[in-house]
Amino acid sequence: MTLLQSRPPLPSDDKRWKLVNATMRRNGYAGHALIETLHSVQDAFGFLDETAMRFVAGSLDLSLSKVFGVATFYHLFMLKPKGRHACVVCTGTACYIKGAGGLVDAIQERFAVGPGETTEDNRLSVLIARCVGACGLAPAVVLDGAMQGKQTAQQLMTRLERLD
Amino acid sequence: MNLDDLAELAEGYRAKEAGNAYEARVCMAASCQSSGAPAVLTALTQALGEGEGETGCKVKGVGCMGLCSAGPLVAIAPQGADLMGSTLYRDVKPEDAADIMASVGGAPLERLRCPTDQPFFARQRRIVLENSGIIDPDSCKGYVAVGGYAALVQALGEMTPAEVLREVTASGLRGRGGGGYPAGLKWSTVAKVPGDQKYVICNADEGDPGAFMDRAVLESDPHRVLEGMAIAAYAIGASKGYLYVRAEYPLAVERLTTAIRKAKRSGFLGARIAETSFSFEVEIRLGAGAFVCGEETALMASIEGNRGQPRPRPPYPAESGLWGCPTLINNVETFANIAPIIRNGGDWFAAIGTEKSKGTKVFALAGTIANTGLIEVPMGTRLRDIIEAIGGGIPGGKAFKAVQTGGPSGGCIPETHLDIPVDYDSLKTLGTIMGSGGMIVMDETADMVDVARYFMEFCMTESCGKCIPCRAGTQQMHALLDSIARGRGTRQDLALLEELCEVVQATSLCGLGQTAPNPVLSTLKYFREEYEAKLSGT
Repeated sequence: MTLLQSRPPLPSDDKRWKLVNATMRRNGYAGHALIETLHSVQDAFGFLDETAMRFVAGSLDLSLSKVFGVATFYHLFMLKPKGRHACVVCTGTACYIKGAGGLVDAIQERFAVGPGETTEDNRLSVLIARCVGACGLAPAVVLDGAMQGKQTAQQLMTRLERLD
Repeated sequence: MNLDDLAELAEGYRAKEAGNAYEARVCMAASCQSSGAPAVLTALTQALGEGEGETGCKVKGVGCMGLCSAGPLVAIAPQGADLMGSTLYRDVKPEDAADIMASVGGAPLERLRCPTDQPFFARQRRIVLENSGIIDPDSCKGYVAVGGYAALVQALGEMTPAEVLREVTASGLRGRGGGGYPAGLKWSTVAKVPGDQKYVICNADEGDPGAFMDRAVLESDPHRVLEGMAIAAYAIGASKGYLYVRAEYPLAVERLTTAIRKAKRSGFLGARIAETSFSFEVEIRLGAGAFVCGEETALMASIEGNRGQPRPRPPYPAESGLWGCPTLINNVETFANIAPIIRNGGDWFAAIGTEKSKGTKVFALAGTIANTGLIEVPMGTRLRDIIEAIGGGIPGGKAFKAVQTGGPSGGCIPETHLDIPVDYDSLKTLGTIMGSGGMIVMDETADMVDVARYFMEFCMTESCGKCIPCRAGTQQMHALLDSIARGRGTRQDLALLEELCEVVQATSLCGLGQTAPNPVLSTLKYFREEYEAKLSGT
């Protein structure tokens, strides 16, 4: 006998849930679509909160612990909302050799935020990437999705200060 | 569709372009894009518009030309010419567009010229990258025009799966992801395992920091990888494939998505490929930022929607891989080598390189070196030639200290060993590995203890936590390295570190842990005095 479990309703009438649902539907609500689904939650909402994880777990018929386990295993998934701007500092080997550490220190000193943190005014989140593959342009940062190569601490600070 | 039909198709595509005597090729790979290539492309198109009809030139976005440090790069190429036959311009700005367009067909613009006869270009041999920087990666027709998908059509129409396996085996191609396992042997093993459902996986989770070869191949010539995968699927009897790409490469994902869609529409992927009974579907799976997912069993766990944790082998993926089915898994560069091998024959490929390492290898040159970027050289090229001739040596009058190969699983090679030929076995004897092809050059200012600590910190954070030697061992090794680097380490600490290296190497479950001590061991081997100098009194 198969137990037919009904799928949970969308958590709210926020349209973004439909995008998430579409990803799951495209994959036939199979458990192996978990990572794809979490990507689409993060694309839509910017991070994964408990509501989202419960909804995904229910829809894909997975335990919440499994969803939480996967969400916390992968570095890319964020459980906290990001600030208005995100600065990803690449700390790959080439960037490390060319002084990525200095960029992280400079941000820490100027804005008092370390990797994985967001400023109190919610303006800037600082993240670390394990090589964005722009080694020819080391040291590189990805500011709001746009790659900036050959950064000096001073250049980067000027750029970050100009953000609204 | 047979080979003649395809050749006719390609001829037709070429004839359409023949009206333009020249092409202005703008590198639109990630590196040049971030230095401003899109604005250059727009400016060139505008400049062309103003002088339309006179120049007989077409502006085209292409893939990586290799010399990332001189980007944005623009090549003015007579129709059908390769990179060597073009006039190459470096550090191009949108303001230069009019001057460049005015020079087409006349004397080259000397102020921006980047000579293509310099060793960086002249010493390379391009097989994997043969189309890179020449074709538009978003165009399936462009790929067919340069002979693309001919190998697939040839394999399907004129060869049995066993014949394909024979060519790949004869080529001597070894896995380019780092392990160097013979591709022919791997393919033949999967082909022999009985099973209705088999899978082909392309490992595009290029996690080694300092490596961007696969990224460039995916961004510059995505159809090449799809063609290699489809040939593999035919050879082993698979009908479904996955491309596991890291999410950090959005442009590669975008181009692959386009390539899959267009290849399907043109009948090179999907059901009944090239009007044969062979079908092959490819799906992209995104990584989510876990280095360990480059390990094959962890990668498969991730495709299945689980945490990317490796499992013990055997059983190998060839027997029991994705969802327990026989699975062939190779990396991007390996698949990119397949089409030329089928087209030219395994013996042709086997004639390039050294006795045990055949073909060419793509390397990503980075760090403190004059020419950073992507190169492809025959196996067996001397390391010194790569660094001094092709790479242009160390800038700023500083002295060379070490080159790091193989990422966090590799090691550092000092000046005294620069004369070795680069192949799988020579690098191994030096205590490092070929790895996927990252080469990071360090000058005399580099602190080798700090380098070792950097890699250990990487392995520590990336350890998946499944087996204790790796999870706890990397923590302890990092703590020891940290205290030595800060000048607080004792002689006992150093002895303990060396002992731990052995234990972690011998007892870890997967490659990540087994090779995590390599950067420490190799720096200890060649730069022990730097460690000693930092020790505090015993």
